[in-house]
Amino acid sequence: MKALGVTNEFKWVAAGLAAVAAFGLAGCGKKEEQSGTAGKASSIQRVVKIGHAAPLTGGIAHLGKDNENGVRLAIEEANAKGLTIGGEKVAFEMISEDDEGKENKGPIIAQKFADAKVAGVVGHLNSGVTIPASAVYNQAGIPMISGSATNPKLTEQGFKVAFRTVGRDDQQGPAIASYLVSEHKPKSVAVIDDATAYGEGLANEVEKTLKTSGVNVLPREKGTQETRDWKAILTKLKGKGPDAIFYGGMDSGGGPLLKQGRELGLKAVFSFGDGACTEKMKELAGAASEGMVCSQAGIPVQAASKAFLDAFKKKFNSDPLIYAPFTYDATNLLIAAMQATNSVDPAKYLPELAKIKYDGASGHIEFDEKGDRKDAEMTIFTMKNGTITPVAVIKGGKSVKFEDFVKGGAAK
Amino acid sequence: MDIFLQQLVNGLTLGSVYAIVALGYTMVYGIVQLINFAHGEVVMVGAMVSLSVIAALAGTVLPPLAIVFAGVLCAVPVCMAVGFTMERIAYRPLRGAPRLAPLITAIGISIILQQVAMIIWSRNPLGFPQIIDNPVFELAGAHISAVQIAIILGSFLMMAGLTLLVFRTRLGVAMRATSENPQVAGLMGINVNRVISATFVIGAGLGAVAGVMVGTYYGIAHYTMGAQLGLKAFSAAVLGGIGNLAGAMLGGVLLGVVEALGAGYIGEIMDLCHLSGISDALAARCAQDNHFVLFGSNYQDVFAFMVLIAVLVFRPSGLLGERVSDRA
Amino acid sequence: MTNLTERLERLRSHRAAPWLGVALIVVTLFILPFALASVGTAWVRITNLAILFALLSLGLNIVVGFAGLLDLGYIAFYAVGAYCYALLASPHFGLHLPLWVILPIGAAVACVFGVLLGAPTLKLRGDYLAIVTLGFGEIVRIFLNNLSQPINITNGPQGVTLIDPFRIGKVDFSRTDSLLGLAFSGPIKYYYFLLAVLVLAIIVNLRLQNSRVGRAWVAIREDEVAAQAMGINTRNVKLLAFAMGAGFGGLAGGIFAATQGFISPESFVFVESIMVLSMVVLGGMGNIWGVVLGAILLSFVPEILRYTVEPAQKAVFGRLLIEPEVIRMLLFGLALVLMMLYRPAGLWPSKRRKREFAETDPS
Repeated sequence: MKALGVTNEFKWVAAGLAAVAAFGLAGCGKKEEQSGTAGKASSIQRVVKIGHAAPLTGGIAHLGKDNENGVRLAIEEANAKGLTIGGEKVAFEMISEDDEGKENKGPIIAQKFADAKVAGVVGHLNSGVTIPASAVYNQAGIPMISGSATNPKLTEQGFKVAFRTVGRDDQQGPAIASYLVSEHKPKSVAVIDDATAYGEGLANEVEKTLKTSGVNVLPREKGTQETRDWKAILTKLKGKGPDAIFYGGMDSGGGPLLKQGRELGLKAVFSFGDGACTEKMKELAGAASEGMVCSQAGIPVQAASKAFLDAFKKKFNSDPLIYAPFTYDATNLLIAAMQATNSVDPAKYLPELAKIKYDGASGHIEFDEKGDRKDAEMTIFTMKNGTITPVAVIKGGKSVKFEDFVKGGAAK
Repeated sequence: MDIFLQQLVNGLTLGSVYAIVALGYTMVYGIVQLINFAHGEVVMVGAMVSLSVIAALAGTVLPPLAIVFAGVLCAVPVCMAVGFTMERIAYRPLRGAPRLAPLITAIGISIILQQVAMIIWSRNPLGFPQIIDNPVFELAGAHISAVQIAIILGSFLMMAGLTLLVFRTRLGVAMRATSENPQVAGLMGINVNRVISATFVIGAGLGAVAGVMVGTYYGIAHYTMGAQLGLKAFSAAVLGGIGNLAGAMLGGVLLGVVEALGAGYIGEIMDLCHLSGISDALAARCAQDNHFVLFGSNYQDVFAFMVLIAVLVFRPSGLLGERVSDRA
Repeated sequence: MTNLTERLERLRSHRAAPWLGVALIVVTLFILPFALASVGTAWVRITNLAILFALLSLGLNIVVGFAGLLDLGYIAFYAVGAYCYALLASPHFGLHLPLWVILPIGAAVACVFGVLLGAPTLKLRGDYLAIVTLGFGEIVRIFLNNLSQPINITNGPQGVTLIDPFRIGKVDFSRTDSLLGLAFSGPIKYYYFLLAVLVLAIIVNLRLQNSRVGRAWVAIREDEVAAQAMGINTRNVKLLAFAMGAGFGGLAGGIFAATQGFISPESFVFVESIMVLSMVVLGGMGNIWGVVLGAILLSFVPEILRYTVEPAQKAVFGRLLIEPEVIRMLLFGLALVLMMLYRPAGLWPSKRRKREFAETDPS
């Protein structure tokens, strides 16, 4: 034993560990008793837990908080209505966890929700975290709806419990690309991304569509999530004179990109995906943002649900950033499915969720057999007089002018 | 030609900022042989403070330039205070401790600064108020904006000022003596602690100005912005020869230019379709896709690091540093 | 309290104490996952991650603690191991090799990377070495992130999905089996596997520490020139440290890929290297038990904070002032600073290190 370096310290640890183990076990026993009594006391009003997970620390914590606010709003509204499910008055409770945007935390958070016996989960934010977490939800049989994970792989894994209210990269990419082709008729387009799963995924789909439309696509340029200096890449592009530029990434990279592009005298049309389709672009790029084109999955919030926008603003004193309408809808979908089946048991309401038809803040929602949003509408926006203004809605590959779309009454 | 010139201008602007931040690293290293990993966070604090001041004053009658100047005037003392406190609390007690100890406290300090900044200025990336209109001049086909000119000129002025300070003033002599040999300097009547404090404070002040520069240049500030900038600037300092003022300036400008030229040209050079005559498979692929880029701008950071590693391996003292074989 | 100390002291001085201790530890470790699972299976997963980090810390400890070579890019080896496993056991290339083949391959490839890093940096010391290793870590990550074009090898930022879980014989680690009336869920199976690997790693480390090589590392750490003069082949010995350290990282990476089922370059960023380094430093550089302690502490404390910070604030201030996530990070930062100031040799220092830190006289 001495050969293994067993020292005096080791003996101390042995003794200490035994003590800790004894305390620990005692503690566990106590905890269980407590939860038992709590269950009895609350039988008058049943608490239904809904999990929410997103990065609440780190570089994109602001988006995580935005998602969380969407869920919080939906839950508070539902509680205000005083719903009854299965003959019991229910109170919904959000358990919000910080997954730190880290992939190794995804399964842990998912397991926490499974342990806490949540009825459903809204999240996560990043595709990279959602995918490993979804395997745990699948095993536990807990329905999860992401309001922001756009990577196609999420729903290609064959999990029955995985849904999303946001469009996939391969739905959104073609929409913005075909709009570019039909409206601006570019001969050559430069595609840039931020080398993240989201940015690259979207950029790949845009490139695919552009190529099939016979547009010349320049070799891909890449920055990172933290890139703020795009001048070298933009200068290089300037030499090649593309008619349009697409950037797959968030507004924090897209804003500086746009600003610097105009400073260099680039005349190309700048286009973006939903990550950079925010009012923040005006703030970040200033006057240069005028005329930029971008896409968002779903119906523009301005058109679909003023009620949501007003309520959000009233509650949080700020406008939703990007995905809050989608997490809001996701939460309401869970609640609606529970109401329809009169049960909070995932096994019972999951089939209903899969075939639900619902009109939410982000438009009409139905899921296809994979759990993706069926016929997800995509809206094209342009920056006009400093605000993001919808110009067209794309559904099933067809582009409709926004005014016509509103007149058609599809946005009810 | 105008593309090349443009890339040079881009690189020079970026490099000037790197140089100013690198000075902060190199001064501290030169005097106490310590990598102040939290220096990037000081730059971030500078950007954030000036942002708040500028945003608060933006609606008033003051002329825009005066407002930006006020922003700098507030950011500098705040950052200096941060630098001073940092040295006093986290580094001074560890002087003489093994190398790893101050490195770890530096990492701890940068985490704390980031979190505090997040509490004060929110998690969101903030738009830096763009109050000065930024005319763009055309110079032999290259575009250069007023802000860029201001950054380049400002950096050179600050570098010149610092050089004067180090080589022409009593404080400068004391600093050089301390960096040479703190014990002997102490015996000669130099208050070593005060000199080291001064070094941190000056470095932090420079960092604050750099923060305002990046803020106005990119139009964005975020509580995580310091880390990346700090790492690049640190590489620049090493490239030039850490501990050496002129080296930090050279390294900064060089790294900026290398990055710009790298991102601008590497993809072209590495496009294997230039060589499509060599193999049929390649030709077929090129006919399909037009490009077969082995390394594009996506490897920008790799090249920066490779330059760094090459310098360290073949000339560990950097481009301008004196030959010091052992600094362990 | 004194009563307890007295009793512990009496327990300690008893002749059978070591064996009793070992028996107690073994029993504790065996029932631990079930005790944890009764609170929540999430805690088993957290424990598994903690053991993975302990493996990483042990590997890094060889480089930093034993040989005194500061490595800031250690996570790169973890990444190499993880990607080896992911590419050889997933639908990405359609390969599904058994784990007995891939785990050694992953560790071996990581070893090669360790030598690749070590060879050009043999002459560098201290801070310079730290920077080169930092750059190396970033380079590996950037390559993983970009090797999807023009030929798709790593699938870039999209990562590799549907990685095979462990399968040993008929036991599938992704399913729940019951044995002797106990439910062995996936995380619990991984726990036992990880525990076995960890015990093995600790034994290997203990043996290494007291071997010729181990003493050579310490000699190099203390004074490289003197070590060379004593006839130690510093080049080989240093390379061996890099290779062995990297091997542990690669092994841990392979297991990580299997438990996770999905990996992408985002898991292997610089901050993770810092995290592992902090575990080594906090626990006590050079002391195997200390390093394991550091890894376990830094994995658990943040999780515990999640549950305690919010109620504590509500009780004191009546409302939530600062969110638990922020407090967690703040405390982490503070802990690093305070540790270095007041207990620089770590919570559980090795005897030699303790002496070293005590000798240096802060001027």
